[in-house]
Amino acid sequence: MSDEKKIIVFRLLDQEYGVELKYVKSIERLESVTKVPRTPKFVKGVINLRGIVTPIIDLKERLGLPQAELTEESRVIIVELDGLEAGFIVDSANDVLDIPLQSIEPAPNVFQGVRFEFLEGIAKLDQRLLVLLNFNKVLNLEEMDQLSKVEGL
Amino acid sequence: MEMNQYLDMFLEESKEHLQSINDHLLVLENKPSSMDEVNEIFRSAHTLKGMAATMGFEDMAKLTHEMENVLDQVKSGKMAIRPDIMDIIFQCVDILEGMVYSISENGDGRFDVSEAVNGLRRILKGETASTQAIGDSAQNEDPIAQEEIPFDEYEMTVLKQSIESGYSALWIKTTVRNDCVLKAARAYMVYNSLESVGEIIKCIPSVEELEEEKFDKSFDLVILTHKSEEELKKIVLNVSEIDSAEIRTIDLKSEAKENKKEEHEQSLQSPKASDQSSANGNLPVTGDSTNGQKKHTTSKTIRVDIERLDVLMNLFSELVIDRGRLDQLAKELLNGPLSETVEHMNRITGDLQNIILNMRMIPVEQVFNRFPRMVRDLSRELQKNLTLQIEGAETELDRTLIDEIGDPLVHLLRNSIDHGVESPEERKKAGKPEMGTILLKAFHSGNHVFIEVKDDGRGINRAKVLKKAIEKGIVSEQQSSSLTDKQVYDLLFSAGFSTAEKLSDISGRGVGLDVVKTKIEVLGGAVSVDSVPGKGTTFLIQLPLTLSIISSMLVDVGSEIFAVPLSSIIETAVFDKGQIMRAHQQDVIDFRGKVVPLVYLDRIFQISEEFTAHKEQISVLIIRKGDKMAGLVVDSFIGQQEIVLKSLGRYLGNVFAVSGATILGNGKVALIVDCNQLIK
Repeated sequence: MSDEKKIIVFRLLDQEYGVELKYVKSIERLESVTKVPRTPKFVKGVINLRGIVTPIIDLKERLGLPQAELTEESRVIIVELDGLEAGFIVDSANDVLDIPLQSIEPAPNVFQGVRFEFLEGIAKLDQRLLVLLNFNKVLNLEEMDQLSKVEGL
Repeated sequence: MEMNQYLDMFLEESKEHLQSINDHLLVLENKPSSMDEVNEIFRSAHTLKGMAATMGFEDMAKLTHEMENVLDQVKSGKMAIRPDIMDIIFQCVDILEGMVYSISENGDGRFDVSEAVNGLRRILKGETASTQAIGDSAQNEDPIAQEEIPFDEYEMTVLKQSIESGYSALWIKTTVRNDCVLKAARAYMVYNSLESVGEIIKCIPSVEELEEEKFDKSFDLVILTHKSEEELKKIVLNVSEIDSAEIRTIDLKSEAKENKKEEHEQSLQSPKASDQSSANGNLPVTGDSTNGQKKHTTSKTIRVDIERLDVLMNLFSELVIDRGRLDQLAKELLNGPLSETVEHMNRITGDLQNIILNMRMIPVEQVFNRFPRMVRDLSRELQKNLTLQIEGAETELDRTLIDEIGDPLVHLLRNSIDHGVESPEERKKAGKPEMGTILLKAFHSGNHVFIEVKDDGRGINRAKVLKKAIEKGIVSEQQSSSLTDKQVYDLLFSAGFSTAEKLSDISGRGVGLDVVKTKIEVLGGAVSVDSVPGKGTTFLIQLPLTLSIISSMLVDVGSEIFAVPLSSIIETAVFDKGQIMRAHQQDVIDFRGKVVPLVYLDRIFQISEEFTAHKEQISVLIIRKGDKMAGLVVDSFIGQQEIVLKSLGRYLGNVFAVSGATILGNGKVALIVDCNQLIK
């Protein structure tokens, strides 16, 4: 029955990425972000998400990709994983796809500048190439602690 | 597994039963003859056994089963409670607690119980052999003549006084007929009709148990009356389905013998057990039937999952945020009817806020009730003679605080037992009663709850504290002579301070009172200490009533808004640039004759805009942490507002100098400044 995965497709720069639907709580427009001092650079701050204070992470910065201006298309994908909740800024999010499991291939070492550990796999569909991200690693708390020690003085 | 859904309930109930066993054991230790306590303990152990067996925790079931066996012997009068029995049962309870804990941590609750089981079996064997014979021979004779009803001290006094004033004390053993259908009803009728002619001072089993039909065929009553034995017999037999009523006048002389024996037993026990009057009054005693008149008190309550209350609180928090927003809008629009409605809504939400916060309040009893046991164990271990008095256990605190306050209190109590109260010999020399007293008292005052830990021990030795503080480099020699007593006592809370000359594992493990202080300050409270040499020491903890909604000052820094809790602000002030001075490479100001260091919030939070540099005046919040002060420099004050405390979430768990966030009237998030981290 589950030989397919439901994937939310989003775009960073010119590449399409995917995150499993079951981790996504909602997709929001980017509104006023309150900066939180002494946190890693990719943490843009916190927003009020219907009464819940939610941290916002710039996904491009987190993955080590080049920066781009925020546009009308920019969205925040709210991801919840193991009780951790955070919003990720992406350049656009506009598609939900059913991906057959056999179309997912293991990730290469580095893909377009994204480190291996953040990659879960690459899905090949007709003309499209989807990079599936490992949000467990993206949301890694231990690394957060180390980073805040280094950057937060 | 389908058992999982019952696991929570199992854990919850096990904890309740263990607590109840603990409480009753403590009472029993002081009143070894009290059958009510034994019955309660037995019942709890029995329930635990059943639950554990159902859930498949075999070790737990096994241990409780053996406990039950021993208790059963005690219950049926074949064995008397002795200190060694008490000890082993206490041990069992500890093991059971360990099991429950292990299960709650997803463990399997397995434990090597063989030692405890063997201990229990030894007791069982040693005793049953010698007491069986007596039990057997007694059975053939008139039961009433042989049995002795155990009276406690209170009952003895009542008996004595009543007999002196001309009443006779009669012991009535009523037996219902074999075919009696409504035993409880008959018992009630007997009880009722007897009550109309005298005062019933004792009832075995207890009235509650009679009502629940928890007796076999007969029950015992002791009544003070002017009527004769025959008259009473007639009254009892008037009730239908009663088989027989045996009546005997209680002769105090024969009872006195019994009592003496008891006293002897007590004096053999732990030092703590010899005095019972003070401690007993404060231990939660259920099923106590000292006057046999206690009725069921069923207040109308419902159980609500605490999570639901949290949800309610969250929803209400959002309402508070919207209220702030509406308030703002109404002020801008200046529309009469709108303003009126908003004002009305403000009042209603204010009331609602009070009610919701009240619902989250739990009596501190929940924390306090584990202390009698702890104090007992510790005082034994340290061979000190002391009682713990608890006052104000009904005082209520927000449940978040309840969860957090336990550890600091344990620390303070340990501290008092270890360092405060002297050994019995030392106390004797000082002309004090051998028994030391520790008073644990909670009370409300204003918007705060206070918890006091007071001992009547040796007090704080000023010279000793100073010597230590100088050794540790906390104060200099010159400073030390000018310090007031209070200031010296406060040194106890400095980091890395421990006055005990020899390290014991009770307290003084290097982590000392400074940890207590930090913890309480994190909770938005304060702790202070006072002492009279030779008379004792008092620790006073002050806590806010609630943590979820706090009053705060909103301030502007750069383009951001921050909230500073009012509890840490002394006052707000504006200073001219020229008033800033430099001392030890730090900007300071003179605030009412005190030199106060300045902390620039924009620098701390790395907000880059260069505002303060150009301004002629600076806005300063004078904040405090204990006795220390600092001036928090901000761009401007916005005003005072009630804010709802929200966490930043686990992802941003530990941000420097930020204790949380709140949502403002305009929907934006503002960070809450943690002043404690800004003052060093």
